[in-house]
Amino acid sequence: MRIDKDLVAASATPLVLGILTEGDLYGYAILKRVGELSGGGMQWTDGMLYPLLHRLERLGYVSSSWGTSEAGRRRKHYAITPAGRDELASRQQQWSVVAAALRQVWQAAQQPPAPAVGWA
Amino acid sequence: MMEHAELEAQIEQWRGYVQRRQAISAADVDELEDHLREQIADRKASGLDDEEAFLVAIKRLGNLDAVSREFAREHSDRLWKQLVLVPEKSDDAGAPPWRELAVVLAFAVGAGIAVKAGMAWLDDGAAQARNLGLLVFPFLAGYFVWSRRLPPRVAAMLLVPFAVLAVVVNVYPFASGGSTELLAVLHAPVVLWLLAGVAYAGGSWRSDSRRMDFARFTGELAIYYTLLALGGAVLVGLTFAALQVVGVDLEPILAEWILPFAMPGALIIAAWLVEAKQNVVENIAPVLTSVFTPLTIVMLLTLLVVFTAAGGLVDVNRDLLILMDAILVLVLCLLLYSISARDPLAPPGLPDALQLVLVVAALAVDAVMLTAMLTRIAEFGFSPNKIAALGLNLLLLVHLLRAAWLGVGFLRRARPFTQLERWQTTYLPVYGAWAAVVVVVFPPVFGFS
Repeated sequence: MRIDKDLVAASATPLVLGILTEGDLYGYAILKRVGELSGGGMQWTDGMLYPLLHRLERLGYVSSSWGTSEAGRRRKHYAITPAGRDELASRQQQWSVVAAALRQVWQAAQQPPAPAVGWA
Repeated sequence: MMEHAELEAQIEQWRGYVQRRQAISAADVDELEDHLREQIADRKASGLDDEEAFLVAIKRLGNLDAVSREFAREHSDRLWKQLVLVPEKSDDAGAPPWRELAVVLAFAVGAGIAVKAGMAWLDDGAAQARNLGLLVFPFLAGYFVWSRRLPPRVAAMLLVPFAVLAVVVNVYPFASGGSTELLAVLHAPVVLWLLAGVAYAGGSWRSDSRRMDFARFTGELAIYYTLLALGGAVLVGLTFAALQVVGVDLEPILAEWILPFAMPGALIIAAWLVEAKQNVVENIAPVLTSVFTPLTIVMLLTLLVVFTAAGGLVDVNRDLLILMDAILVLVLCLLLYSISARDPLAPPGLPDALQLVLVVAALAVDAVMLTAMLTRIAEFGFSPNKIAALGLNLLLLVHLLRAAWLGVGFLRRARPFTQLERWQTTYLPVYGAWAAVVVVVFPPVFGFS
């Protein structure tokens, strides 16, 4: 199943911030975690993650530092900041409202119009 | 992973490709490369070979245009290249970043001191005019020698013609107010400028591309010098006005101290700025030339129409001829500058057609001038001024004719642009040689009159 790209874009920020609360990570590891969490359903264009991370860094939600990988390459690690945690909390509330509303809509849609059943 | 040479080569190629994107900085490329390599390693672990893994990783990274657009949206400042005069971190090159600035300032101040001293010792205004270029040149050339670490052989190559010129200009017994002296004053800087070009090219002045670099450098220098002069004029003007209100007159200080230091100093600083910014403001040259090429065409055509309406130039005085020479030289500079700014591989387009029109218009003006000059010479006989002007016009005629011929060939796609480009650079030293002849040979031939 492919997820609509607007939906992916809208969920990208809370997803990345949420993943970073589990611990500092570098770009590729973040994407791998996204894949695991969504069971492979959320396919990002890999390159797009980095402008997003840079934007979050500019907004002060994450901080970055250069380290070295096991192979000795330069690697940029990202960590969530207190402001990022606040932002994540706020996003979480927004998504909860959206998710709760959607859940009710799904339930209403799944129940066929009740009176019609018995009389058919 | 190091033994996979082909994969490494592919990654290297990809890096070069990504690096050309302005919005993606070198650090971002490192970050993306780390990502790419991780992805490749994971793909290979799941059974793909080098090539397949690379292709999948590249595909997953996404369309580079779209990604780079996304980077540009986040880092729009990067599209404005920043001029960094004093790099924050010095590389392993050795020289501490501030040293270059200090050396440049020393050269600039040195040029100012030389001009000031020259003005103090040479009380004669004509002698000052003859020596002005000679006083500034060593510092400009010295900057090139220093920044390019030129070997002593090249420095000596510069020193000999410089010394000859200095001796000639100062030893010749010029008649006071004579035209040979004025010609020497006008032509000596041309010789010196081309000598500076030799220093600029690091001694490899035979190289066409280095000559083109020098043409480019000259154009950019003119722009930077003008900018510095404008800024300086505003600053000085405001200071003057403010001090005048308080009753302090700065005028004597301006003539005696500020101008003798500011004008040559600004030349050295401008040269340094052009060197430092080379790749930063690359787009100004094509813009300027595409604005001024049509305008210059209009100017030349207006002149032509006015001259034809006036029925020839026989009665026209000498000043107009000199003025017209100046205009033609300016057109030539514009032509050279616009050629230096053009991508030699691009197919012919409207700007090239306009350039050809410019050349043809200049040719027409030059032809009118030559006719007028020959008529004057036939009527009034020879004079150093007329011969100098005639010589220059003949040089311009040859230059423009060949440029027009090659330009037509290029527009008809019969010739590559490089031929047109090469013609300009090949012809450049001819002007230097002619200027040297005017300075060195003319005075004795015409009895220093």
